[in-house]
Amino acid sequence: MNDTGNENVLEVDGVVMAFGGLMALFKPNFKVKKGIIKAIVGPNGAGKTTLFNVITGFFHPTAGTVRFKGQPISGLKAHEIAHRGISRTFQTVELFGNMSVLENIMLGCHTRVRTSFVAAGFCLPGARRKEAQIQERAMKILKFIGLSEKCNDPAGSLPLGEQKILEIGRALASEPELVCLDEPAAGLNETETYVASSLIRAINAKGITVLLVEHNMKVVMNISDEIVVLNYGQKIAEGPPEEIRNNPKVIEAYLGGGV
Amino acid sequence: MLKIGKLPIVILAVFIIIFPWIARLIPAIANYTDIMVFAGIYCLITIGLSLLMGYAGQISVGHAAFYGIGAYVSAILTARFGLNPWGCMFVGILVSAGIALLVGAPSLKLRGHYLAMATLAFGIIIYIVFNQETQWTGGPDGMAGIPGLSIFGFDLDSVEKYFYLVWGFVLAAFIFSVNVVQSGAGRALRAIHSSESAASAMGVNVSKFKVMVFVYSAVLASLAGSLYAHYMNFVNPATFDLFFSIKLLIMLALGGMYTLWGAVIGAGIFTFLSYEWLHYFKEFEVFVYGAILLVVVIFLPQGLAGVPGMIKGWLGRPKSNE
Repeated sequence: MNDTGNENVLEVDGVVMAFGGLMALFKPNFKVKKGIIKAIVGPNGAGKTTLFNVITGFFHPTAGTVRFKGQPISGLKAHEIAHRGISRTFQTVELFGNMSVLENIMLGCHTRVRTSFVAAGFCLPGARRKEAQIQERAMKILKFIGLSEKCNDPAGSLPLGEQKILEIGRALASEPELVCLDEPAAGLNETETYVASSLIRAINAKGITVLLVEHNMKVVMNISDEIVVLNYGQKIAEGPPEEIRNNPKVIEAYLGGGV
Repeated sequence: MLKIGKLPIVILAVFIIIFPWIARLIPAIANYTDIMVFAGIYCLITIGLSLLMGYAGQISVGHAAFYGIGAYVSAILTARFGLNPWGCMFVGILVSAGIALLVGAPSLKLRGHYLAMATLAFGIIIYIVFNQETQWTGGPDGMAGIPGLSIFGFDLDSVEKYFYLVWGFVLAAFIFSVNVVQSGAGRALRAIHSSESAASAMGVNVSKFKVMVFVYSAVLASLAGSLYAHYMNFVNPATFDLFFSIKLLIMLALGGMYTLWGAVIGAGIFTFLSYEWLHYFKEFEVFVYGAILLVVVIFLPQGLAGVPGMIKGWLGRPKSNE
C-alpha cells in the first residue's frame, strides 16, 4: 500500500443519482488517494458504471459533488473533465473502429494540443510539426502497451483483448492524473487478463492514479491497494483487499443472506 | 480513410487549367465547359457535405436552402440595391453561417438524426419563403437582372472565364478541406462519427465540432449559390427545392462520401448525367436517378472513389492465399 502521499486526487461526496424513481447512487462517499489503484466492486446493478459516468461528466448528479484535486467537477461536461486530467475507458469497448490503431492513440492526445478547424484548414505554420510530434508520442504509447506492430491496422480488426489494451492506451495518451477503467478484464481469457493487469500496474508505476470497476475478483484482489464495495448504490464497505475479503456484509451482498 | 497526397491535387489543377482548351478543340464537347461550371458549383456544396456527412457522420437534407440563401442574398442585394457583388457574396456567407448556427446548434447538441429532421423542415420553410415573399424574391417567377462578376474591372463575361473562377474556388475549398481532414480536427470529426461518448471522454468538444463543420458546409453552399446567381443572371425557387437536396445526397453517394475525391467525382459525373447524358429518358429521369442510387448503395457502398480500393482488394486476395 502506498500511504506516503495523503493528498486525495478524487473525492466523491454525497453524490445522489436518481433516474426518475430509481436511486442508482445514494451517497457512496469515498476518497481516492494519489498514486494508488482503487477498485470499485459490487453485484450487477450496484451503480458502479453510473458512478463512473458521474465522475467523468457523462451524467450530472442529482445532488452532491465530485472533487478532483480539491476542485468540484460535477456539472462540468465530459470533454471539460478530460481536459482537467481524468481519462476513462468503457465497459463495452468504444474504440474508433474506422480509424487505425495509431490514429486512436493520436486522438487520445486531443487534450494536449490546441486543435482549431480554421487554423488546420489554412495549414498555419506549426500544424504539420504538431502532427509529427503527436504521432511520435502516440508511437511511444503503442510501444508501452505492446501494440506498435499493429499501428496501421484498423482498430476494429483487433481481437477483443487487444482492443481493451488499445482503449487503455488511448486513455493514457491524454497524460491523465486519474484514469478510470471500466471492467478492463471483462471478456478476456487468462493470458489477456494477465497482460491487462500487468499493464494497469505499469500505468500505476508511472504515478498515475487508477480507479477501476472490475468483476474479476482475482484481478481486483491482486492489483488494487484499496477496494470500495457498492450495493444498491450505497457503499457497504471500504478498505484493503484482505479486509474486504472477510467482511461479512460483502459476503452477504454477493452470496445473499443466510450464508 | 485515403490519404490525399499533393500530386493528385496538382493533377486536378492542371486538368482544370487545360479543360476549356480541350473542349474548344473538340466540337462534340464544346458545351462541356458550360456544364463544368455547374459541376464546379455543385462540387463546392458536396465538398462541404462530405466533411459533414462522410467524416463527421451528420446528415443534412436541407443544403439546397443554404445554396438558395446565397443565391437570393446575392440576387436581391445586387439587382435591387446595386451593391458590389463580392460584398454581397460575403453578406450571403455571413447570413448562411448565422442561420446554420441557429438551426445547427440546438439540433447538433442532441445525438442521433435530429439534424436531418431539422434541416428537412428548414429546407421546406426556406423554399416557401422564396415562393411567397414576392416583393423581395419575385415569387415563383423568379428574379432577373442579376449582374455578372468582374475582378478589378476585368469582366468575367465568357463561359471560360467563369469556369476558371468557379474551379478556382473549388480548388481552394478542396485544399482547405484536405488540410482540415488530415489534421487533428479531421481526426476529431471521424472520432465523433464513430463514437460520440469516446470522443468526448478524450476531450473532444463534440457539439462544437459538429456545429463548426455544419457551418462550414453551409458557407460553401452559400458561396456556390452566389456563384450560380451571377452566372445565370436569374434565380427562381425551383432550383432550391427539396429535390435538389436529395440530388446532393445522390452525388455524394455516387462519388463516395468518405473521401473528398468522392465529392468531386460524384458532383462531376452527376452534373453530366443530368445536363447531358440522361436527356434521353425525359420524364423518367427520376427513375434513373433512383436506379443509380440503388446500384451504388448496394454494390459500391464507398461510391466510385472506393472502386480503386475494391480492385486492389480483388487483386491482392488471391496472392495472399497462395
